[in-house]
Amino acid sequence: MSSTTEPTEPLSVEQLSETTLLRFATAGSVDDGKSTLVGRLLHDSKSILTDQLEAVERASASRGQDAPDLALLTDGLRAEREQGITIDVAYRYFATPKRRFILADTPGHVQYTRNMVTGASTAELTVILIDARNGVVEQTRRHAALAALLRVPHVVLAVNKMDLVDYKEAVFAAIAEEFTAYATELGVPEVTAIPISALAGDNVVEPSAVMDWYGGPTVLEHLETVPVAHDLSHCHARLPVQYVIRPQTAEHPDYRGYAGQIAAGSFHVGEQITVLPAGRSTKISGIDLLGEPVDVAWTTQSVTLLLEDDIDISRGDLIVPSKDAPPTTQDIEATVCHVADAPLTVGHRVLLKHGTRTVKAIVKDIPSRLTLDDLSLHPHPGQLVANDIGRVKIRTAEPLPVDSYADSRRTGSFILIDPNDGTTLTAGMVGESFASPEPVRDEGDDDGWDF
Amino acid sequence: MTTVVTTQEGTDTPYALSHLDALESEGVHIFREVAGEFERPVILFSGGKDSIVMLHLALKAFAPAAIPFSLLHVDTGHNFPEVLEYRDRTVAQHGLRLHVASVQDYIDRGVLKERPDGTRNPLQTLPLTEKIQAEKFDAVFGGGRRDEEKARAKERVFSLRDEFSQWDPRRQRPELWNLYNGRHAPGEHVRVFPLSNWTELDVWQYIAREGIELPEIYFAHEREVFQRAGMWLTAGEWGGPQATETVEKRQVRYRTVGDMSCTGAVDSDATTLEAVITEIAASRLTERGATRADDKLSEAAMEDRKREGYF
Repeated sequence: MSSTTEPTEPLSVEQLSETTLLRFATAGSVDDGKSTLVGRLLHDSKSILTDQLEAVERASASRGQDAPDLALLTDGLRAEREQGITIDVAYRYFATPKRRFILADTPGHVQYTRNMVTGASTAELTVILIDARNGVVEQTRRHAALAALLRVPHVVLAVNKMDLVDYKEAVFAAIAEEFTAYATELGVPEVTAIPISALAGDNVVEPSAVMDWYGGPTVLEHLETVPVAHDLSHCHARLPVQYVIRPQTAEHPDYRGYAGQIAAGSFHVGEQITVLPAGRSTKISGIDLLGEPVDVAWTTQSVTLLLEDDIDISRGDLIVPSKDAPPTTQDIEATVCHVADAPLTVGHRVLLKHGTRTVKAIVKDIPSRLTLDDLSLHPHPGQLVANDIGRVKIRTAEPLPVDSYADSRRTGSFILIDPNDGTTLTAGMVGESFASPEPVRDEGDDDGWDF
Repeated sequence: MTTVVTTQEGTDTPYALSHLDALESEGVHIFREVAGEFERPVILFSGGKDSIVMLHLALKAFAPAAIPFSLLHVDTGHNFPEVLEYRDRTVAQHGLRLHVASVQDYIDRGVLKERPDGTRNPLQTLPLTEKIQAEKFDAVFGGGRRDEEKARAKERVFSLRDEFSQWDPRRQRPELWNLYNGRHAPGEHVRVFPLSNWTELDVWQYIAREGIELPEIYFAHEREVFQRAGMWLTAGEWGGPQATETVEKRQVRYRTVGDMSCTGAVDSDATTLEAVITEIAASRLTERGATRADDKLSEAAMEDRKREGYF
């Protein structure tokens, strides 16, 4: 990648406007070629422009490097450049005629589990990289477990450096089989394994000329075609109320709308709804989609609902279909990833933000800590420190309508906040951690955990 | 084109949003979160295309009610007249309240000193942060996009600033799902970036789709310019051209709008939105690389200015 990008055919205005958006995250160990893959995706989709590449060439030369170091494209902070590592999630943007992409570029170091959780929380797809020479390693299992925990709908296994194993089908097949079995056991719904060489460009954007035994899509083809919308008929409809819109003007004297972004499912005019946690019911009399009336609206549209009856609703309430209301509870059991430097302890008084509601809460118990490497449980760890994943029991000061994270990533998730200084402490997912019935093999030696 | 959301053709999934609808919905969500959680938010408004799109999103977020925020302009004293005219017309049209923090006032009072190179961009930070403190703004919307610059790529949507308005990239809060954390102590404030996930092209496509009016300098026009450091600058009272620089008439347009002393024009024949979008889609330069002198000062110029309180 030493030359400047060749201009490609410009896209028409129409082509540019009629695309969908895919949010995805990358996960990979330090030397597995993640930067090269990201660099190639950006480069071959014409997303690295001349001045950026020149800046990288200048900076690389000033460091005495022969070739442009593409990691400098993505490592934006002084400390990262000085240390030569990525310390934080960065977001990258690129587009093809078919789709727009937001890439959460997350660091691969073990101690940055929290950053991978951050990146995966909004991702529809995760690309997990493996070095074909090393096969499935501990770090791979950790990445798969995180993807399963965060319930990222699509997982891509990119078996990289195929050029260094003579492009052998058997090597790829063995790795793909081992990984898929492991991921399936964790409840990952879909794994797409692709043999690539990020350096040589095999199966990243262009199909490989040397791996004719592979009949599947390239990485980019897969990213362009993976579905970004879900079958809403199986989704529980949810609208956290963000803000009450009351113009109180001569033109709109009685307008009272409940604004929010639909977190899951769809709502239609005439539908019977219930407002939680109070439990009062009425019907939807109108839906405004950013100023225009519509009959139906769905996730993730930002809308304003108008209701038949003038009932008491404010920010923090959750509007749901009356026939499909979640239970409200003050006792939440969840899997959490601790993201702050100070530990989370039993008895900790915190704030819990769920949807648009923030309530006081207390950590009642920390029954176990999970070791991602072998999914073993360390019972009653007493506390969770930065990057720990564990089970917690939380008591809230007010009842909350919570879904299981398995049913809804938006209304099954929450964050814990330190009431003293506002620090974001913990990312929480309500309900069982993994999708499969018996995910946790509690056979490990407790001394073996390393988180 | 209308704003009605249609299902996406070419996919077998009926409820996919187009990428512009997804970005618009996310931006509106961010505006409403701030309205719900903060006491005194303000929108930074320069009359540039990003702040114009922000204002458009805010209008949609609270329709049919008025925007529950005021606007703030940091006036460098070196503005393009067309942009100031656009600013004042927009404020009047929507019945908004405009606060102005003036760099010229600070120079006149001797608090800030004119730089030898004449650029006033770095001088904006003090008037901005003092205005935020004086007016007790607790949330300040900026039009910054992560695609602009690699330090900005690390920026959160909700970015906590201390009482000195400083940004500490190592102390950023992780942002999980769409659960933004706006907690702050008295004296601190939060910078909010609703266009974080937009690219330059998204902004232009959205302007085209929504039929949003822009200041004329964004479209190709004849202008007297001179060359400095590889950029076409407009002659003006700010100190250009110097004796060695010659003025010529060229057909140009601006990709960004900022201080006249450091914002360059590009050669262009694009007189319509469609032509501008085609031109940007084919461009080999980022907008900042093409037209901003201040980012070329050092490899970490943006990060360093952001740490001090700049956007």
